[in-house]
Amino acid sequence: MKNKTKRGFGLHIVKRASISWYKAMGIRAVALLVSIVVCAIVTWALTRQSPMGVMQTIFLGSFASQRRFWVMMQDLSVLLLISLAMAPAFRMRFWNIGGEGQVMIGCLATAACMINFGKNLPNGLVILISLIAAVVAGGIWGLVPAICKAKWNTNETLFTLMMNYVAIQLCAYFIIIWESPKGSGKVGIINQKTHAGWLPTIGKYKYLLTVIVAAAMTVYIFCYMKYSKHGYELAVVGESQKTAKYVGISVGKVIVRTMVLSGAICGLTGFMLVAGSDHTITTTLAGGRGFTAVLVAWMAKFNPFGMIFTSFLITFMSKGAGEVASSFNLNESFSDILTSIIIFFLIGCEFFIQYRIVRQKEAK
Amino acid sequence: MRGITKTFGKVVANDNVSIDIYKGEILSLLGENGSGKTTLMNMLSGIYYPDSGHIYINGKEELIHSPKDALALGIGMVHQHFKLVDVMTATENIVLGLKEGKKFDLKAAAKKIREICDKYGFDLDPEQKIYDMSVSEKQTVEIVKMLYRKADILILDEPTAVLTPQETEKLFDVLRNMKQDDKAIIIITHKLNEVLEISDYVDILNKGKFIGSLKTSDTNAQEMTDMMVGHAVKLNIDRPEPKNVKPKIEISGLNVIDEDGIPKLQDVSFSINSGEILGIAGISGSGQKELLESIAGLQKIQSGSIKYHDEKGKEYDLVGMNPEIIRKLGISLSFVPEDRLGMGLVGNMDLTGNMMLRSFRKGGGLFTNRKIPHDLADEVVKELAVDTPGLSTPVRRLSGGNVQKVLVGREIASNPSVLLTAYAVRGLDINSSYVIYDLMNKQKEKGVAVVYVGEDLDVLLQLADRILVLCGGKVSGIVDGKTATKNEVGLLMTSLGGKE
Repeated sequence: MKNKTKRGFGLHIVKRASISWYKAMGIRAVALLVSIVVCAIVTWALTRQSPMGVMQTIFLGSFASQRRFWVMMQDLSVLLLISLAMAPAFRMRFWNIGGEGQVMIGCLATAACMINFGKNLPNGLVILISLIAAVVAGGIWGLVPAICKAKWNTNETLFTLMMNYVAIQLCAYFIIIWESPKGSGKVGIINQKTHAGWLPTIGKYKYLLTVIVAAAMTVYIFCYMKYSKHGYELAVVGESQKTAKYVGISVGKVIVRTMVLSGAICGLTGFMLVAGSDHTITTTLAGGRGFTAVLVAWMAKFNPFGMIFTSFLITFMSKGAGEVASSFNLNESFSDILTSIIIFFLIGCEFFIQYRIVRQKEAK
Repeated sequence: MRGITKTFGKVVANDNVSIDIYKGEILSLLGENGSGKTTLMNMLSGIYYPDSGHIYINGKEELIHSPKDALALGIGMVHQHFKLVDVMTATENIVLGLKEGKKFDLKAAAKKIREICDKYGFDLDPEQKIYDMSVSEKQTVEIVKMLYRKADILILDEPTAVLTPQETEKLFDVLRNMKQDDKAIIIITHKLNEVLEISDYVDILNKGKFIGSLKTSDTNAQEMTDMMVGHAVKLNIDRPEPKNVKPKIEISGLNVIDEDGIPKLQDVSFSINSGEILGIAGISGSGQKELLESIAGLQKIQSGSIKYHDEKGKEYDLVGMNPEIIRKLGISLSFVPEDRLGMGLVGNMDLTGNMMLRSFRKGGGLFTNRKIPHDLADEVVKELAVDTPGLSTPVRRLSGGNVQKVLVGREIASNPSVLLTAYAVRGLDINSSYVIYDLMNKQKEKGVAVVYVGEDLDVLLQLADRILVLCGGKVSGIVDGKTATKNEVGLLMTSLGGKE
């Protein structure tokens, strides 16, 4: 060192006291841009395909035709609905990863009502009964882990995860009972001739109803969490149960109430899937979206309006990924790589929102 | 340390501070809450990195990027919150993270630890598990850990805050031995009597700036206080004559057993009167927490009664009620708990959100009213001079004193008939403490029944009208605050009924 004045790298990390929202959005926009550039480089390096071409194909996945656009909107809405269901539970620090099962049990309840009442009850009544059954079923799937958590402090993560398997196995069981034609192992389209229990379509847009329900739910959950007394209580319970007890909030009651809400919205989503768009039931109807929703909710920091953006991003990328796979003869994994790169940058940029890197100033 | 500056966001924690530390001396770093004492020392020990300035160790400039760098230079810091692994023994904790020798030899390490203990007069069993240890023993482990790593410069952050007077004496003896051994010791504190007792020099900080360095033998408490606070403060607490004293809460035969089956309160009987401050004294863990939580409806009670008398002469028994039921009965009971951020407030919520904790149920409808708590937050900030960037700042970002002001402000705002406070001035600087004493006196004059659980006997004797002394969960005695002596209360604290 020869007794010279030592100098550091001159950089160190400092936690930000606060950050304006436009700066935070700016950082996220930069992250998105950088991720697209990295995607382009990776695409070129691995496949020698023109990055611009691949990007364009990703875009076409969602916007090439009106039909594609509406399918994308439908998937976005379903993902958004499940994410909205997760948000209050997560804000309460109740790690509900049972969205998948709560949706599936909603699907099962809807299918059961459509199959059993479709023949002898008027259409409107079948829809109403299905809706109630789906919401109640989803609610019960949320209620059971919540009661155990409130009474015996069981681990909700494991509990809700297990409930997923119960729901999926129940679906598998009933699919065999209801299979049609016999021996196909599938339920097929329920009430294909009578359309009993099918949700009406608005104009010629088959998926518009789901989009409207998702939009209304976004506003509802936003108000519920931000302005309602329930929303305030669950935030206090999430931050500190001791504080909640201190001000006389019944912690168990809040946990149960919030989880029933969370499960019920998932059940509603299941209803929308079976009665609204698919008109059938398979064990993969939820298709992992119950888990993807966890990611969507977290990335948006449980802000319902933020979730519109994050669920769009995820849906857009997965649609685009599929398109890339088929039109360039690449397999699906390649599109997963692109999706991962984008998510990596979007989550990684949160670091720069929380912290900033400072150069050491010269001492005077 | 020369010209050290450190900022957090817009807050300047240290502004061009320069201090010197010498071998074989004990230096006290004195300052109010948020004056930058801990920040300064965190930079010396590698937790933070200064924005600008230089640190010289033994005359050579050094860059300290991490606690590891600091230890390599012989700088060790014992933090306020201990960083120990509970399920490990003292020895295991001490050698944790060290890479010495080829073989992992716990026996040799234990032997070395014993040598260190003998040398400086520590009382420590290297084989004991941390979870079996008292706070003072844990602190000993932390100090020995630093000595084991050959620290020559030892920084202690408010070491006496968690100790009993006897334990403090013992710690000071050890520190004197270390001083004899040519170590440099820095104590961060705001207790003046300790500064006078132990240190050779005292450096005073105020609002991040270096104010001055005094030789302890040449100064006195008044001079230090003036420098620390920036203006002269009188060190007396008012005690207005109690008026209109009437029993508000009568407790009789109260028994509380905790979850592990250990009796926390045994046959406790006394009364809390309106228009008077009842002090509660006792060694920490004598049942103060359980007593207050019993009254507030947060504690499971085995037997006994807690009778509350309302203005109209009606009588309620609070046993078996929860805070929600108590509130619905129209009993306005305010409680400032010991654990401010863990119980009294929500750290991640802003000031308005925290004010809402008490009032969010008000009004019909499904939605909360944010206007009232917002106005209340504004009022509390103005009246109690809370130092905050704004009403939408999460309270955990505020310093200890300001957090307490927010909590006390909210509790008083509900016009309580009973005000329970636990260690209301713990960790607060002198200025904030006096604000709190004043608030309590004002409540007393309004006819509120005030309970003040405290640890500083001087304050208790100056502030309280009556002092209830707890000893091992039992009432050891109730004395008159005006006539009792410190010695008398001290005896009651350590032995039931004050008998030796």
